[in-house]
Amino acid sequence: MRPPIQPHNLVLRIAAKMLIPPILMFALYVQFHGETGPGGGFQAGVIFASAFVLYALVFGVGLARAVATERLLRVLASLGMLLYITVGMASLFSGANFLDYDVLAQERMEGQHLGIFLTELSIGITVAAVMMMIFFSFAERGVRP
Amino acid sequence: MLAVIRLRNLFAVVMLFGIYSFLAAALFVTLNAVDVAFTEAAVGAGIATFLMLSTLALTVRREKLRRKRSVIPLLVVTSIGATLVYGTFDMPYFSDPSAPLHSHVARHYIESSTAEVGVPNLVTAVLTSYRGYDTLGELTVIFTAGIGVLALLGYRKRGGKR
Amino acid sequence: MSVLIGHYNYWIVIFLMMAGLYVVIAQGNLVKKIVGLNIFQASVFILFISMGKIGGDTAPIIKQGVSLYSNPLPQVLILTAIVVGVATTALALALVVRINEAYRSVEEDEIHEQDQSF
Repeated sequence: MRPPIQPHNLVLRIAAKMLIPPILMFALYVQFHGETGPGGGFQAGVIFASAFVLYALVFGVGLARAVATERLLRVLASLGMLLYITVGMASLFSGANFLDYDVLAQERMEGQHLGIFLTELSIGITVAAVMMMIFFSFAERGVRP
Repeated sequence: MLAVIRLRNLFAVVMLFGIYSFLAAALFVTLNAVDVAFTEAAVGAGIATFLMLSTLALTVRREKLRRKRSVIPLLVVTSIGATLVYGTFDMPYFSDPSAPLHSHVARHYIESSTAEVGVPNLVTAVLTSYRGYDTLGELTVIFTAGIGVLALLGYRKRGGKR
Repeated sequence: MSVLIGHYNYWIVIFLMMAGLYVVIAQGNLVKKIVGLNIFQASVFILFISMGKIGGDTAPIIKQGVSLYSNPLPQVLILTAIVVGVATTALALALVVRINEAYRSVEEDEIHEQDQSF
């Protein structure tokens, strides 16, 4: 159910609507610039989840649930873990140690870059999905049936 | 910090903890640990505070008064603290460049990271390339915690429990 | 006197650690215990990061013209530790919510009385 638009709610709703897209963009920025500046997978995942939390707090848990369904979050969290292990297995099948990025591409530096990019991506996906899962579990517990 | 011990209004305790996390993140910035400051600010002052507030919304708001006060915890804590202070007299001085911590493995990482990995951010390079296996373990811990919370709180309450 | 100036960071951290430990041991409310545990964890992080700092260094991101970097190893360790800490805190708070539903209280003494498991 959409919560009714009340006067005291209005400023919050407008501020949230203006803030949430930049927060999501910032999460993506932090994710992909983890190599040249501070950042990386964990920070990006947490910032992404907090944008969804902000949306759920202002507009109601029901609307937020319609986007981030239970099944989608479970699939995303497992997908992140699977991606990380696949990168490690790819190194194993190419003849090197587990999670040795040198053999992933033609050149050593290319392999390292590719490996780091994929692992950071998987970390970001899993952390964001798990944080959202935890938030929705806590939030829906208080709903009277 | 002493206010956290004495306060009985739990909401105020959680807010003070959020401020403490944020101050710790600012401290990390002055100690030149930018990645850690980022993570501590996002996680400590964001997620942890938020989870505690959710728990407060689902349980109680104030703490009950304890009937008896015993002095044993204070003695235990003071003796542990005194032992730790005694142990710090042998430790290297603050920001000492010749401490054994900075000599062996860290020097190798700093010097050969450009040639072997090619990523400017040293913390990311160590975290994902040199110590990638530990990061896999960390990811597993987060995943398991998510599954655990889902198992504990994921299903709607059956009617009649409230 | 140089001992005092050289070691003051350790002593501040030990004070914060003991405050957190006291909250865990002596307070009866479960939620406050978890807050105390997190204070303990955060002060340990401060200890490690302060040990990794060298006088006159910069952040560990390789740039032209910088010769002295902060030690990246403690930072990597603490990054992992922070995230693992929040995972355990989330699980602990979920347990507290369930305990509250089962025993209708989050005070340690009342839960022990109801349990009578001695």
